[in-house]
Amino acid sequence: MYGRPLHILRNSTFPISGVSLLKWGGLLVLLLFPILAWAQDAATQAMSVEYRDLPGIGSRNIIWIVAQQHLLLAGFVLGVPIFAWVCEIVGWKTKEQRYDKLAKEFTKLLTSAYATTALFGGILLFLLVGLYPKLMAYLTDIFFPSFIAYCLLFIAETATLYMYWYGWDAMQGNKKFLHIFLGFLLNLFAIGIMIVPNAWATFQASPVVVADGTAIERAWAAMQNPTWWPVNIHRLIANVVLGGFICGAYAGVRYLLAVTREEKEHYDWMGYVGNFIGVFGMLPLPFAGYWLMREIYQYNQQMGITLMGGFLAWLFILQAMLIGVLFLGANYYFWLGIAHRIPGSEGQYKKPIMAMLVVLLACLAVWMTPHSLVASLAEAQKMGGTHHPLLGVFGVMSAKMTVSNLMILVTFMSFIMYWRAGKVETAGWAKAAKALMGVLLAIAGIAVIVLGVWGYFVPAIIRINYFSVAQVLIVIFIMVTFTPLTALLMKSAKTTTEMVWGQMPVRAGYSLVLNAVMVILLMSLMGYARSSSRVHWHIYGVMRDTSDYAYSPALGYAAAFMSLNTFVFCLLAAFIFWVATLGDKAKNQPPAGGEEAKVPPLGSAAPAMAGGSPRQGELSS
Amino acid sequence: MKGPLFSTAILLVGVYVFLAFLLPLVTAPLPASLIYLYLAITLSGAMIYQTMSAGGLEAFMGPIYRFLSGEIDGPAKSARLLLLIVFPLLVGWQTYTKLAPSDLPPAENRTIHPAPPGEFVGLANPYPANEQNIQEGKGIYAANCSPCHGPNFDGKGTAAPGFNPPPANFADPGTIAQLQESYLFWRIKKGGVGLPIEGMPWKSAMPRWEHELTDEKIWKVIIGEYDGAGQSPRTWEEEE
Repeated sequence: MYGRPLHILRNSTFPISGVSLLKWGGLLVLLLFPILAWAQDAATQAMSVEYRDLPGIGSRNIIWIVAQQHLLLAGFVLGVPIFAWVCEIVGWKTKEQRYDKLAKEFTKLLTSAYATTALFGGILLFLLVGLYPKLMAYLTDIFFPSFIAYCLLFIAETATLYMYWYGWDAMQGNKKFLHIFLGFLLNLFAIGIMIVPNAWATFQASPVVVADGTAIERAWAAMQNPTWWPVNIHRLIANVVLGGFICGAYAGVRYLLAVTREEKEHYDWMGYVGNFIGVFGMLPLPFAGYWLMREIYQYNQQMGITLMGGFLAWLFILQAMLIGVLFLGANYYFWLGIAHRIPGSEGQYKKPIMAMLVVLLACLAVWMTPHSLVASLAEAQKMGGTHHPLLGVFGVMSAKMTVSNLMILVTFMSFIMYWRAGKVETAGWAKAAKALMGVLLAIAGIAVIVLGVWGYFVPAIIRINYFSVAQVLIVIFIMVTFTPLTALLMKSAKTTTEMVWGQMPVRAGYSLVLNAVMVILLMSLMGYARSSSRVHWHIYGVMRDTSDYAYSPALGYAAAFMSLNTFVFCLLAAFIFWVATLGDKAKNQPPAGGEEAKVPPLGSAAPAMAGGSPRQGELSS
Repeated sequence: MKGPLFSTAILLVGVYVFLAFLLPLVTAPLPASLIYLYLAITLSGAMIYQTMSAGGLEAFMGPIYRFLSGEIDGPAKSARLLLLIVFPLLVGWQTYTKLAPSDLPPAENRTIHPAPPGEFVGLANPYPANEQNIQEGKGIYAANCSPCHGPNFDGKGTAAPGFNPPPANFADPGTIAQLQESYLFWRIKKGGVGLPIEGMPWKSAMPRWEHELTDEKIWKVIIGEYDGAGQSPRTWEEEE
């Protein structure tokens, strides 16, 4: 359609005058108008695109995979600096080099994973902008000032990480304090990097939209939505758990591959520390999760019921199973430690272990019992519905809260038992202290159960506001009284059986790997639950999902995706760690002549994180 | 025949007998899904306990290895052959029974308390729970609800045996005590047909009361139900 006018122009023989120039100019504008209009149309059309799709896999699925990988990697990258830094401080204070070495090893894993996390973040951003342009335009409009803050935090985090890692050896001795300050900054920026995007995600679930005010005021109001801080706290703790168990799994694999005695001892100890950090973080995690769910319920009853009573409620049965396996795995590892690291103590602790195992299993059975049971028609007829008249009481929150508190209590006691194993208290007040602890533990256990049973007979608000909180406080009270009391007892205790590192059976290494897989599955599961609770809304109650994918996938389909995400993340983590440790292989060749490397003696102070007991060689030196 | 493997087998049999035969003597039988769940937990516990020490692992797994690897001869050889024949047949039979066409409905995982529609979220009962409204609500309940849900609010009305699943037992702390009043308002007003798919509307015989009762009467019957069942609604504010 443009061919003819251009031809006229090319073949023009008219004399050029002012009038004709104006005439031809006007004609040119007239002729170009369709092109301009067409370009404008194209721009308008591009602006009006709400969704794009990726053939084959689908836009939602690719976002699901990439976002989950990014979140898991980010969880690791943000969780590890916390305990790496704590480890470094412990090493600095106790003057034990092995803590510094361990902190450095943790940081090595962190630096390797950092770039991959950023890579997945970039891919996620491009995919979101490309596949969900309307949603991203809306979020950008609200959150733009926070995008700038995020970029600045990211730059600061990256620079600090470089200085922290590359300056490790240079900042020893009297410069150590500077290095520790860098570690503090690293964690500070890391928390910032976590909470800013949390605001974007939680805004989608519990939006606070303010029409008036400056861009910064609107962004700040949107950030302070009802679920922002519950998610921040929950994720912060969960990141420590994830980081701890993944480092534990790394140590477990390295332990299985270890050739020299020194390597075996080091990775056995590292595995113990990883498991300890994972368990330490896992203890408060259910409380944080409970707070988050409470906020969701209070924000919107519909969303709360969708999650806890509606079609997503089955996810919480799977969650119970995964957490149960995690608790069992973590305790199994402690018990294996007693049986194998402290020779001869196995028989002494067999009965307490049996008792703790029975309590854990009974709690797990209650936790996993659904409110509505899966039953055939004939079974449902016999029960009088899908709600069992006797065991149906296990299906409500009062029962779940009670057993989760008991499991935390048992796991804590498992750790205390491990700490005390192979030692005899010599303090004059030891007997009285142990009796006191026994009485307190019994009272705490009974109180948690009584509050749980009583919870069935009081209004929900009383149970939620007082009974559940009281149960949590009871468990915390036990932890904060037993830990210093045990530390005091152990300070003057006499070691009867030396703790031997590097003697754990191979199944200990596998249980560390299992724990890590469980945590990854758990995070994939709850990530799906959190996203799906918005049902057909991009931004709950504000922007509806009008794409072809505005439906919740079936639970079986979702479970397959969670498994896929877990598998992909495990592959990624294995690859990253393999690359990170390529350089170590040459260094760690066994010494010539097959002689085992001598283990350097340790200091006398052995904190709980170190296993609470000196290594072999320490006492004889 | 002693040892951890044997004691584990005895434990599993004992738990199964308790769950499948003894417990139903005092309460309703458990569905198979729950029995298998509890058996799996028991087996996990037994394996954890038995494999804690090196000796324990050998004592637990050793006989299985020796039996399957052919280290043990004599009658064990015939037992091994029998196992190799029977085990695939059992797997085949199990697969067949799962896949074969059947006139039985599949096991259901009905969501008893699905999420309510948005328009019912956040509604508050406009009527106070005073004596007059309680009595009025109970009167409406007696006239319309008690034939199914029972005069004692326990789901045991005269018409209840005719329904499967049975009418809800309001005295059970797992039912209305877990819910806000707005939820009950939705369920009474829209009835079984108003349930979303996961709530399986075809499984509920609850009438759609909006055609019979005014909103005022529905709110008052809710007040009467909570009082009669001795329960309190879920709220975010504590009562004065």
